[in-house]
Amino acid sequence: MAHSARRDSPELPDLSLLKRLVRDQLIYLLEQLPGKKDLFIDSDLMSPLDRIANVSTLKQHEVDKLYKVEHKPIVSISDQICFLIRPRIQTVKWICDVVNADKAAGKFRRYKIIFTPQKFYACEAVLEEQGVFGDVTTDEWAFYLLPLDEDIISLELPEFFRDNFLAGDQRWVRTAGSALHLLHSLFGPFSKVYGIGRCSKMTYESWREQVEQGEQKARHAEIGNVFLIDRDVDFVTPLCSQVVYEGLVDDIFRIKCGCVEFGPEVTSSDKSIKVMLNSQDKVFNEIRNEHFSNVFGFLSQKARNLQTAYDKRRGMDIQQMKTFVSEELKGLKQEHRLLSLHISASESIMKKKTKQDFQELLKTEHCLLEGFEIRECISFIEEHINRQVSMIESLRLLCLLSVTENGLLPKDFKSLKAQYLQSYGADHLLTFSNLRQLGLLVEQQPGETLTVMESKVGKLVNDRTAVKLTDAFSSLAKKSHFRALSKKLNLVPKSDEEYDLRVPRDMAYIFSGAYIPLSCKIIEQVLERDSWTGLEEVTRLINGHEFAVTGADPKSKSDAQRIILVMFLGGCTFSEISALRFLGKERGYKFIVVTTAITNSSRLLEALLDNNV
Amino acid sequence: MAFITANWNPLGDTFYRSAELYEMFWSLRDGLGDSLVAAAPYGGPIALLREPLRRSPSTRPQLEIYSASGASIASFPWKSGPVVHLGWSVNDELLCVQEDGTVLIYDLFGSFKRHFSMGQEVVQSQVLEAKVFHSPYGTGVAIVTGSSRFTLATNIEDLKLRRLPEVPGLQGQPSCWAVLTQDRQTKVLVSSGPELYVLDNTSCTAVYPPGLSPQAGSIVHMSVSFSYKYLALFTETGRLWSGTSLPLQLPVCLLTFEPVYLSRCRRPRSQQPSVVLMWDRLLLVVGSCNDTIQFPLEDQSVLVGELDGVRIIGSISQELLQEVPLVCQDIFKIASMAPGALLLEAHREYEKSSQKADEYLREIKEQNVLGDAVRQCVEAAAHEYDPDTQKALMRAASFGKCFLTEFSPDQFVTTCRELRVLNAVRESSVGMPLTHTQFKQMTLQVLIDRLVYRQFYPLAIEVCRYLKIPDYQGVSRVLKHWASCKVQQKDLTDEAIARAVCAKVGDSPGVSYSDVAAKAYECGRPELAIKLLDFEARSGEQVPLLLKMKRSQLALSKAVESGDTDLVYTVVTYLKNEMNRGDFFMTLRNQPVALSLYRQFCKLQEPQTLKDLFNQDDDHQELGNFYVTSSYRDKRLEGRLAQLQSAVDEYNKAKNDFAAKATEEEMRLLRFQRKLDDEKGAGLLGLSLQVSVNTSDQSEMSLGPGCDWYWWLKLTSLAEKEQWEELEKFSKSKKSPIGYLAFVEVCMKNNNRHEAKKYVSKVTPEQKVKAHLAVGDLEGAADAAIERRNESEMGAVLSRCSASDRLLMDKLNRARVATAKK
Repeated sequence: MAHSARRDSPELPDLSLLKRLVRDQLIYLLEQLPGKKDLFIDSDLMSPLDRIANVSTLKQHEVDKLYKVEHKPIVSISDQICFLIRPRIQTVKWICDVVNADKAAGKFRRYKIIFTPQKFYACEAVLEEQGVFGDVTTDEWAFYLLPLDEDIISLELPEFFRDNFLAGDQRWVRTAGSALHLLHSLFGPFSKVYGIGRCSKMTYESWREQVEQGEQKARHAEIGNVFLIDRDVDFVTPLCSQVVYEGLVDDIFRIKCGCVEFGPEVTSSDKSIKVMLNSQDKVFNEIRNEHFSNVFGFLSQKARNLQTAYDKRRGMDIQQMKTFVSEELKGLKQEHRLLSLHISASESIMKKKTKQDFQELLKTEHCLLEGFEIRECISFIEEHINRQVSMIESLRLLCLLSVTENGLLPKDFKSLKAQYLQSYGADHLLTFSNLRQLGLLVEQQPGETLTVMESKVGKLVNDRTAVKLTDAFSSLAKKSHFRALSKKLNLVPKSDEEYDLRVPRDMAYIFSGAYIPLSCKIIEQVLERDSWTGLEEVTRLINGHEFAVTGADPKSKSDAQRIILVMFLGGCTFSEISALRFLGKERGYKFIVVTTAITNSSRLLEALLDNNV
Repeated sequence: MAFITANWNPLGDTFYRSAELYEMFWSLRDGLGDSLVAAAPYGGPIALLREPLRRSPSTRPQLEIYSASGASIASFPWKSGPVVHLGWSVNDELLCVQEDGTVLIYDLFGSFKRHFSMGQEVVQSQVLEAKVFHSPYGTGVAIVTGSSRFTLATNIEDLKLRRLPEVPGLQGQPSCWAVLTQDRQTKVLVSSGPELYVLDNTSCTAVYPPGLSPQAGSIVHMSVSFSYKYLALFTETGRLWSGTSLPLQLPVCLLTFEPVYLSRCRRPRSQQPSVVLMWDRLLLVVGSCNDTIQFPLEDQSVLVGELDGVRIIGSISQELLQEVPLVCQDIFKIASMAPGALLLEAHREYEKSSQKADEYLREIKEQNVLGDAVRQCVEAAAHEYDPDTQKALMRAASFGKCFLTEFSPDQFVTTCRELRVLNAVRESSVGMPLTHTQFKQMTLQVLIDRLVYRQFYPLAIEVCRYLKIPDYQGVSRVLKHWASCKVQQKDLTDEAIARAVCAKVGDSPGVSYSDVAAKAYECGRPELAIKLLDFEARSGEQVPLLLKMKRSQLALSKAVESGDTDLVYTVVTYLKNEMNRGDFFMTLRNQPVALSLYRQFCKLQEPQTLKDLFNQDDDHQELGNFYVTSSYRDKRLEGRLAQLQSAVDEYNKAKNDFAAKATEEEMRLLRFQRKLDDEKGAGLLGLSLQVSVNTSDQSEMSLGPGCDWYWWLKLTSLAEKEQWEELEKFSKSKKSPIGYLAFVEVCMKNNNRHEAKKYVSKVTPEQKVKAHLAVGDLEGAADAAIERRNESEMGAVLSRCSASDRLLMDKLNRARVATAKK
């Protein structure tokens, strides 16, 4: 990257320690049930488990067969069964059915349930209710944190978002607190903790409680500061289309647990290939944070370099050739393979994006972010819905419109929703109810002067002028919070200047220079000020719960003080991670992102759909 | 201190000394005669019951409790039945064994704690004799009944009565008996005439003490040593037999006496046990070598066996009789040349500024035993009772230490500290005459506990602080006891107690306010308990007690506060079972966190409850959603429609017109789809309107007025099927609500420029340029742009121009300049 990067970035702590710890614990738990056993694993634990212990490790510890939990009667013949599951009531109920079926068939087996990361009382209550409490043994596998990369840690709890923010179920807060506690005990003590959002506050308190109960050990801090942030502080950012390479790959191919599966259209063969996407992949590491428009240029440059490296062979004598083959060739080949993969991935992205008038879409998004030509945007969204382009995409645009405009006008609200239901099915009525509850898709409060005026004006003049007037009014009347925030924090750079995406000057580059992600901007501002002072207006608009607590005394201005742990409660996007990496380079920080799960617009909205019954 | 050896009495090759511990505070009118006396070992308290067998209700006997120094702790008239025996438990509780076999337990302060019975049959046969004994399991009680049967309880905390087998030939009261614990078994040694039996759980075995001739007559007294290791027997002919208790081994001593009381004295490190015999006015110490020491007694006394000696409690004073510890003998024996003695002497000379000090020191150093000398002095100091002697010895040790390099000061420092503590508790106001050996045996933890039982809280705290015990085991533990005691003070208001407790305890680690509160609740002060719970920082800890106190609302809010959802859930389930449904729902309503938790649970487990929950809240919106959700579960159309109809009703009640209308439309659609499915088997049921129209190609299905999407659908499907004439007809059927640019674009997408051009003219002026550009008609676009005098549109056209369109570009540029001028 051509950034004016600071050279003195501190070293990141070794996160692989987390993996080793949980692997040892898992092995210990498996040994608790000696002898051959079949292991049933919750489907969404498969990939995370794979990153911790592969099949051969499990086999070493007498796991005979592996099954996915499918909520169907089981076919295992083993007399010992181990279930590795998330503490979900449905799964526990299924286990009860399995046990009861065995009982009815007079089959005797030993059952062990390993809940991860913890068990809930409700699960045990179900076991008790179904009368199998005595037949099973339960255990907890404290698998809180999965390091996805050297600076990304995930709790792999996608349901955190829905449970916490939509259902108001705070059961995961303690989990988050425990995760933070684990990090604190391994890499702490933290000298300063900032946070914003209700859930952050509760997580912080849960963590403090655990710190107070446990023993304190004086150790050398490896992580200095912590920033906790709720997802509902900033819904705008995850609703935007991602245009940074890693984000785009996630949007299109879905990165799962740091791993992506490129289908036949990328691999240009009939197989799909699974690729790990992390800093080990040299090619990917260099383009992951780049705006997509730069990726092709970079890749072709890379291809040329590679060719030159290959070309070196020509003038070599036997001896040189020998060293070349033994030392360089393998690396080059590997790089070559990855390079071609990423090139075809980019091509595939290009194809997909141009097909759906990607430029138009981005333009609309940018207009929404700027609060400009809203009428045109609404027509675009209408058309989008009516043409059934994509159920999730349409919903995303609707939400983005509502969030940036602080709600829709009642007339638009009704007509857009009606059209949506006709296009995508009436069951989305429930989805709308969820979105409304979360404040993602709301009606502007009626009774405001604006609507009255509008209706009067509407009768007087013809439609088109009325629309313009309404636009004017809406900007005059109660400013949406997003607008106010955007103004206050300068989130939307002035559009009249050309933005050179190759030499980004601020975090806005991750959205083509159109918008600086609110979440990252808040983090930047707080770190710069070292407190929330001066941001009172901002926190009021966000409806804050902000806090800043000084903890352990930072003894020296050590490197650890410049390592900042950012914890996103409810998920964060790759674009945000890229933005933070950029910020880190600019300011000489290193960020470690902890998130309940990696999210993007589709995952965010899919979590809120309610038609899956 | 010069005459330290003045009260030493030789016995064989060792010495015995008796030191006065206290002038007793008490003033007993009638002395100790005619009373039941029980004194706890390890310098414990003394209980006194006068005339225990007096039965007349008019003059009840008085039960008095004193500290070891005779300071009165409690005194109250005995109102229950006749008492046979008094004894102390390891927890400083007083056990009173009554004639009817009931054992009443009082605490140190004379307040009744509880009682238990030694068995039903005892009520009939009456207790003849009882003994309280200590074993590794705790405190036990043994009784012998009128029917000559023994019953044992080895641990009063975990009461299990054991009736021992019958003793052959025993009628009435045995002449004497003792309890001893060996190999984790409790046995009773009983003599019936000249026979001696050992009783255990299952058997009664006769034993014969070797060396005791049958002519000696029946055994009238027996005594077991503190550690149950040694036994002494005394026969009616006045012979004393002493040996190891079980199995009976060689006698140590045989003497002829008539004692009143028999007790054993044992030195920790000497192999020679000795027996103390007491007559009315005489005390006799008998060693193994047929030697005796005689002490005259001034009045009636009581002997208390200790680990390393015997306490002699009289009505005036209390003395400790013990063998002089070896190390003290070494130092203080006249003309001793032990290193310690020399060092003490050296120091003495040094104090006098005499050069002899150097000589002594040299002597020690030449033998290279200075380290030993220091150790001896320190050790001896620990065993001395008199502070001046302690000081002299410690000073000497410290003096000797100066000449040593690489000598660990640990022993010195610890002993100093321990002595200070011991001196403090020996103070007659506290009254715990502990020797250093006893202290080491009972450990500091127990000492603190005992101080706490005696309510010497300040002293206990001082001790903890002085010995630097970690707060968790020390100060906090004391404070916890103090607080639990404080809440029982009936004369103080709840407010005052809560304040006092909070002020003292503050936030010391390890003191749980909820424990204190539980105590307050036990004492019948729920208000105080709640006040105390408020101080509890961990809300999770408050919940169980609150539930117990039936303050479920408060428990729920505390659980919510704690942020521990498991706890919330526990309370919710508890409430669910405790309350009626209405109240339960009302309670939940005030606690959104609990409510949402319960809702989550119900969603998966009890959908009907969820409905009731919404009903209770009149939450019509959620009820509507609920019906919609359940409609999807219903496989039959009729059921589905019924559910949806309910949803519509609810939405109407919620004044959500939009949702009501949408649901109604859905119902209409469902019916229609059904009709089509029945007619044509199209399989439409459940699809969205637009998809249905698309797949079935039924325009009549377009039910509502919002027909934008219909136009789009028709447009794209016609274009895809290349039915261009149809398309044209369709475009003319009505004014297109989606404009005509869409027609142009869709045609172009299906590669039909010819058809596309047809629609360009219909496009609105604003979109003209775009339309022209879409069909690739640059000139048309340019004309349109110029006509509209729109600079940006002209720019857009220009950017599409290639070099071959020179003329056009000039034209546009000119127009641009012209527009710009205006």
